[in-house]
Amino acid sequence: MSTDLTRLTAADTAARIASGEVSAVEVAQAHLDRITAVDDRVHAFLHVDTEGALAAASAVDTARAAGAALSPLAGVPLALKDVLTQKGIPTTCGSRILEGWRPPYDATVTARLKAAGVVILGKTNMDEFAMGSSTEHSAYGATHNPWDLDRIPGGSGGGSAAAVAAFEAPLAIGTDTGGSIRQPAAVTGTVGVKPTYGAVSRYGLVALASSLDQAGPCARTVLDTAMLHAVIAGHDPMDSTSLDVPVPDVVGAALRADVKGLRIGIVKEITGEGFQAGVSQRFDEAVEILTGLGAEVVEVSAPHFPYALAAYYLILPSECSSNLAKFDGVRFGLRVGEDDGNPSIEQVMGRTRAAGFGDEVIRRIMLGTYALSAGYYDAYYGSAQKVRTLIQRDFTAAFEQVDVLISPTAPTTAFRLGEKIDDPLAMYLNDVATIPANLAGTPGMSLPIGLAPEDGLPVGLQIMAPAMADDRLYNVGAALEAALLDRWGHPILEEAPAL
Amino acid sequence: MSDTPSITRDDVAHLARLARIDLPPESLDHYAEQLAIILGAVVQVSEVAAADVPATSHPMPLVNVFREDVVRPSLTNEEALSGAPSVESERFRVPRILDEE
Amino acid sequence: MSTHTTEKVVPYDDVVARFDPVIGLEVHVELGTVTKMFCGCPTGFGAAPNTQVCPVCLGLPGALPAVNAVAVESAIRIGLALNCSIAEWCRFARKNYFYPDMPKNFQTSQYDEPIAYDGYLDVDVETDEGMTTFRVEIERAHMEEDTGKTTHQGGATGRIHGADYSLVDYNRAGIPLIEIVTKPVTGTGKYAPEVARAYVTALREVLRGLGVSDVKMEQGSLRCDANVSLRPSPESPLGTRTETKNVNSLRSVERAVRYEMTRQAAILDAGGSVVQETRHWHEDTGITTSGREKSDAEDYRYFPEPDLVPIAPSREWVEELRATLPENPAVRQARLKIAWGISDFEMASVVNAGALDLVEQTVAAGADQGAARKWWTGELARIANERGVEIADLPITPVDVARVEALVGVGALNDKLARQVIEGVLAGEGDPDAVVASRGLAVVSDDGPLLAAIDEALAAQPDVAEKIRGGKLAAAGAIVGAVMKATRGQADAGRVRSLLLERLGITDE
Repeated sequence: MSTDLTRLTAADTAARIASGEVSAVEVAQAHLDRITAVDDRVHAFLHVDTEGALAAASAVDTARAAGAALSPLAGVPLALKDVLTQKGIPTTCGSRILEGWRPPYDATVTARLKAAGVVILGKTNMDEFAMGSSTEHSAYGATHNPWDLDRIPGGSGGGSAAAVAAFEAPLAIGTDTGGSIRQPAAVTGTVGVKPTYGAVSRYGLVALASSLDQAGPCARTVLDTAMLHAVIAGHDPMDSTSLDVPVPDVVGAALRADVKGLRIGIVKEITGEGFQAGVSQRFDEAVEILTGLGAEVVEVSAPHFPYALAAYYLILPSECSSNLAKFDGVRFGLRVGEDDGNPSIEQVMGRTRAAGFGDEVIRRIMLGTYALSAGYYDAYYGSAQKVRTLIQRDFTAAFEQVDVLISPTAPTTAFRLGEKIDDPLAMYLNDVATIPANLAGTPGMSLPIGLAPEDGLPVGLQIMAPAMADDRLYNVGAALEAALLDRWGHPILEEAPAL
Repeated sequence: MSDTPSITRDDVAHLARLARIDLPPESLDHYAEQLAIILGAVVQVSEVAAADVPATSHPMPLVNVFREDVVRPSLTNEEALSGAPSVESERFRVPRILDEE
Repeated sequence: MSTHTTEKVVPYDDVVARFDPVIGLEVHVELGTVTKMFCGCPTGFGAAPNTQVCPVCLGLPGALPAVNAVAVESAIRIGLALNCSIAEWCRFARKNYFYPDMPKNFQTSQYDEPIAYDGYLDVDVETDEGMTTFRVEIERAHMEEDTGKTTHQGGATGRIHGADYSLVDYNRAGIPLIEIVTKPVTGTGKYAPEVARAYVTALREVLRGLGVSDVKMEQGSLRCDANVSLRPSPESPLGTRTETKNVNSLRSVERAVRYEMTRQAAILDAGGSVVQETRHWHEDTGITTSGREKSDAEDYRYFPEPDLVPIAPSREWVEELRATLPENPAVRQARLKIAWGISDFEMASVVNAGALDLVEQTVAAGADQGAARKWWTGELARIANERGVEIADLPITPVDVARVEALVGVGALNDKLARQVIEGVLAGEGDPDAVVASRGLAVVSDDGPLLAAIDEALAAQPDVAEKIRGGKLAAAGAIVGAVMKATRGQADAGRVRSLLLERLGITDE
């Protein structure tokens, strides 16, 4: 056995499958074996579809044997966040209320992955309905960070990030409402991108906050991330908020990797104070590298970013209080308390929702119900929507000065499981740097820039670009990644302890 | 409007009714306390939300996105009912309804 | 909880002597689009349960709405036809409340940004001063989606109360609705019930003319809620109103408003106060009963629908749609009134019978306007009423009616026979010619039997024959009458007369 197939990049894997060096079934089996070996400790997956994955891989091999042209990621395994529907496969959103539900349809993202020959291994763990920054709010138990099993893998897409970091899959799909792709990427030493809002269809993405949610790619390299981005992005008439514009050439940008002459802005308001020392240190070093590569780095101000967290924690609960109303025990999912006395449907709905939703979900539904109530709407929801305008204006003004913005992705490295579970406000602060991009609809990437000296855990750098200029993320990310690889001599994940 | 809002047990009970969540009475104080803390933190949005600032409901300025009036395949009755907790006569079965529409 | 105890009422004349009524009407019209408001499921009536559903209209997790372009066009055309302004920019909003027939537990509707607003519709009502025009101001017309249908099982009555459980069919969920809301209608005085009916009738005509809906009240594609309140005088502030639902025929609109006025007057007379509530109309007993109390606790938490983008109809688009509008009904009525040479009252009776299109088409098929009106507002309106169907749904076409009239015109049928032909067509015996043939209803047109009858009559009344020969043509009537009697009415009297004169060698100048 020469090559460990689980250690390859997606680009490399696809090339080897296309050339016939390995079969897609061998690749899928290697990853299924890896899942069997490590996932009892990582708990990245909620459901592993062994049969479906092998069938999909076999179909790729058959197509190749028949001489069919393969798409660029054909045969490459992927972990799908359990918030996207896959026909006939359990989709729980990390919630008890959807236990056992098998959707009768594919999300557009799922359909595109299947059409591209990507092999879906299974569904990954997440904070319930994507509410959280630690994956501890999953009804099915927390996911553990492969770097330190006592620590959180970030959230809400901790399962997807952990699966990629633990070599259970080279690719994963996440969704990002306030940082749920980028923050897990940062704390697991992986790459994650939240595309421009509307770039990737939300059809079949179980909504948390409709105006903020965006699905995106997760991988171990910037190029892999770009290749996955190219597969899932593009206009979808089933999603009315989907952008009917050409997808930027993200793969080309990742291959270009040239920041010479580029103007890069450090966002003053989400850098420095309040960030862990080791995070700031690695960030400053990355800035130096970018300068060394020929970029012009300046500091810019986004004066309303300090209000982003507050606006977010009004808009999100408001939208989610309405989005989650459909979970009522009538058409799908859990129904509770039907046999206790002679209850009415109203009582059964109330019992089902109380039993099916976890604490954080209930908290946010209550918060949103309050914020939308007559008499409070203007002060809360209305004001939050105005802050959203101000944050968009901050971005517009900043992008008149610079081509991309950067900041640390998260204030700290991975914290310990249980550390913040009882303090919602402390938990919410994890997203302070990532939320502005969701409010404005602009794209953002997190990529690893080293380990914090004080705890040896990964640190992420966030790159933000104007809407529909997602390619800039990949160009800058790939340039920085290449320089760091030169410096380290190996990918960062090689420093992770063996599982 | 930047005062920390007070949230009572009764407020929480009212919100829970609106949200159709049958909260155990012993949890009401707990939620009241947490909601007050969170609302106290988020109410700062009103500090900068001046009257002349327009509200943004959608991140991208799209308008007039329409679908042609053309039939797409529906689910079969079996598919439609496949996830239902209770089914009878090709319909979704629910316990008796108290409220009138 | 609804109770069916009969409440006290005040005689109508006393109500209008002491109170000024204010009405308001909310009409929901189901659009006749091929697919639903937000998904591609078909909208056909009567399909097997839960077969016209998809992830979107079932509210399955992950599904997203997409707006039907034709529904938006229809909404704008309705707005224009009701003389409304069309919003330059508007949004959908979510109306949040839990109910098992509503898949998402919110209704995608419009809130403070309706697509059409500030319009009016003029309606004619016969008053003591003759035909009077009342202007009903339209507050708004907005787009929303219908709910599913719930069947209550067990219990004695199949009603919601006492049922053991319910079954839900979501085929109707998501069918496009336009809700058209009037401003409070004042100044109608004692004619409030008639104005309410005339408004719904006229609105139905407008919608029918636009071709946006089949406007069938009995199938629920046009539904009316009537708001009624009373106040001591037109100068007083508005009184507390009730909203009566389930008013599903034109006649019911008038009756329900009248009943609510008499009921509320009794409460006010007794020193009580009217409760702001939803009431249900009962067609069979002609009364309303209490439904849900409208309380301040009802909080729909409206907010802009984030899954749908705003609608900003360009002015060019609006003008294009304006150009597709059929002739304004009021203008059309004025034009036809002149063309047909009829009075306001005669025109109102055609419109109120819901027969304007039918009469116009009958005239277009060659019939005389008077005859066309006579059939549709008389015999046929009576039959439709008896059968409890819309007159347009009777199994007879304007072409059939015109053909019957043509047969009368050439003397092949007389009035009595024509009725029998109409009866045959309605009974499904075929078109008028087929009925004439199968029932053997043709006027006797073979001259042989007629000449024999004439000869017989002349022989029986020689004195009359003499008078006619002497130039007293008026005396011919006696012979003609005798012949008609002898042929049991199956002869064409005109033909008999000319044969008679011919027989006597007289030229009828």
